[in-house]
Amino acid sequence: MEKLSGGDLLLRALKDEGVELLFGYPGGAALHIYDAIFRQSSVRHILVRHEQAATHAADAYARVTGNVGSVLVTSGPGATNAITGIATAYMDSIPMVVISGQVPSSKIGEDAFQETDMMGVSRPVVKHSFMVKDPSEIPTIVRKAYYLAASGRPGPVVIDIPKDMTDPNDLYEYKFPESVSIRSYTPNVKGHGGQIRKAVKALLGAKKPVVYVGGGSIAGQGPELLTQLVQRLNVPITSTLMGLGAYPSTNEQFLGMLGMHGTYEANTAMHNSDLILAVGARFDDRVTNALDKFCPNARVIHIDIDPASISKTIAAHIPIVGSVESVLTDMLAVIDQSTDGLDQDALAHWWKTINEWRDRYGLYTQNRFDTTGDIIKPQEVIQAVHEVTKGDAIVTTDVGQHQMFAAQYYLFDKARRWVTSGGLGTMGFGIPAAMGAQFADREANVVCFTGEGSVQMCIQELSTCTQYNLPIKIINLNNQALGMVRQWQDMNYDSRYAETLYEDSLPDFVKLAEAYGHVGIKVTKREELKQKLEECFAMKDRVVFMDIYVDQNEHVYPMQVPLQSVGDMFISKTERT
Amino acid sequence: MSKRIISILMENAPGALSRVVGLFSQRGYNIESLNVAPTEDETISRLTLTTIGNDQKIEQITKNLNKIIDVIKLIELSESSFVERELMLIKLKAVGNAREEIKRSVDIFRGQIVDVTPNIYTVQLVGDNDKLTAFIRAVGEAVVLEVVRTGISGISRGEKVLSL
Repeated sequence: MEKLSGGDLLLRALKDEGVELLFGYPGGAALHIYDAIFRQSSVRHILVRHEQAATHAADAYARVTGNVGSVLVTSGPGATNAITGIATAYMDSIPMVVISGQVPSSKIGEDAFQETDMMGVSRPVVKHSFMVKDPSEIPTIVRKAYYLAASGRPGPVVIDIPKDMTDPNDLYEYKFPESVSIRSYTPNVKGHGGQIRKAVKALLGAKKPVVYVGGGSIAGQGPELLTQLVQRLNVPITSTLMGLGAYPSTNEQFLGMLGMHGTYEANTAMHNSDLILAVGARFDDRVTNALDKFCPNARVIHIDIDPASISKTIAAHIPIVGSVESVLTDMLAVIDQSTDGLDQDALAHWWKTINEWRDRYGLYTQNRFDTTGDIIKPQEVIQAVHEVTKGDAIVTTDVGQHQMFAAQYYLFDKARRWVTSGGLGTMGFGIPAAMGAQFADREANVVCFTGEGSVQMCIQELSTCTQYNLPIKIINLNNQALGMVRQWQDMNYDSRYAETLYEDSLPDFVKLAEAYGHVGIKVTKREELKQKLEECFAMKDRVVFMDIYVDQNEHVYPMQVPLQSVGDMFISKTERT
Repeated sequence: MSKRIISILMENAPGALSRVVGLFSQRGYNIESLNVAPTEDETISRLTLTTIGNDQKIEQITKNLNKIIDVIKLIELSESSFVERELMLIKLKAVGNAREEIKRSVDIFRGQIVDVTPNIYTVQLVGDNDKLTAFIRAVGEAVVLEVVRTGISGISRGEKVLSL
């Protein structure tokens, strides 16, 4: 049998695992692995400009394709730079495998050059981690890592490989395990039948039900099954930031996003509901607001694959542990057999009430922002991009006001088109995520909504876009301030703008884009917005950086009143519910 | 809020213990005591952990412990009837009249003097947590020079067995 070095074992195992792309950055401790990359052609390595970007790109690739994203970094600073991206993936339950080089086994603990305890540093933000102690174990560890990353509640897995484990002079037999089993790990996929029947009974008995979905509903056939269930019962549905696209946003049963910057109708419906069907969502604090005031009259059915997510913050009356796909399939079967149905009069009344809320303060029944002034509003930029891209772009974002406006105004009709850092809220995510998304779908329009603050946190990746011809479109909502922080300073700190302004130090983004070989377009006038966007998206094979000057004084509304109920919101600078 | 004892079987692997301990600091749970050693199967360690919390908190702790990949199985011992033991080695200043006094206390608590010098008794005592604390109180803190306690070990009463 052919014998391979540890580095070649790794690359062969990645190939057999079906890995196509490896986002990474070389360095001393990873050099044997990089040499092994050079010797093969199955796994393509993408050289980023900073390890954080490698993790975000792999993360976005995973979100768009549904497959595991793969990263390779060196020890020490390479590993620590990857941590932000690993934590981002961990918070949003994104499957990812991060391979880090490590100093040779004999040097571990000696504070060797570029040594960092990657196992220790990454521990709180990984699903699991492995350190290779014997090169012959590499194929099995790779198999286990990808299995763990993708199954159950997905998440990032680290493989730390000391340099001597990949020594080209030490050869081992290659054997890729057909399957792996881990005795301590048996994710519960199928929901409990009794609980499912109980849930269906409660759901059909409700008078004011709301379906509340999160990122967990994107997996597998989740979106299709969810759509079937919601449309069969004609019940209203709302989504978290992470769940957008699981249900078509332009369908009339969709109430918009809920939570801190959720729509008035979604939050108000939640607050007044008598039953909440939570699907792959985790009752995060950006959704619930004050726990003791959360939806006072609602019974809660909670479907989640992670038992620890159930009754963590809000107690579930009917908990169901299982995959969304399996549980919804079973629920639909029970509904099929059920002779009961929803009280149609009550449901009609519920819809009537919801539609009144929509007419009152809805985001989609009227323009909730003022376009009479000269300066462009951020919301209208999102709407214009939606129109120009026909609502079918893959959208990535950074973090801040632009992210919330994108969530509110770019209406997603399909899953896996919305790529945003929800849990961790990582500025700098947008551009590398757009790269990963473009790798995942070379034909798609990939749009990165960002702001002049966030975009500078990973701006160096414009160079990676040049190297790999990634024609992403960057829509910079330039309000010349750290907008979301500034909004909080307006609302809670009497407009004392501590460190949210740049004192005329912003770069000329058009020139900056050009310096990297891209196209830069500056837009300051409303009347040129549409046409410039058309120009931007007509350049199919170019990166275009749209630097769009928007109103610095615009706030994101609705905004939940802190420490109050879900339904207690500021609707504008002057109105509160 | 009450004292709860959780027994855990986990992989006897490097890093496994740090994952368990890390979980407690990460999620803001307290560890009152912790002891760990391999079982009759060398690949498995048994860990006994004492913490304080209400039902809701303990449920979250056990769910999160179960999520750790290295954790194979666990039970909350204090949920039903169980036997709890802790071992203490305690070094006591034993001079003059106090020498006899301390010897009597050791007998009453069914301890053993395991090392003797003209001025010192080293005592071994086994019992539940309260008994060991009561002994320290009985001899008086003034004579205590050094205390080593193992932390609580526990096992279910009756037929119930925690194994793979």
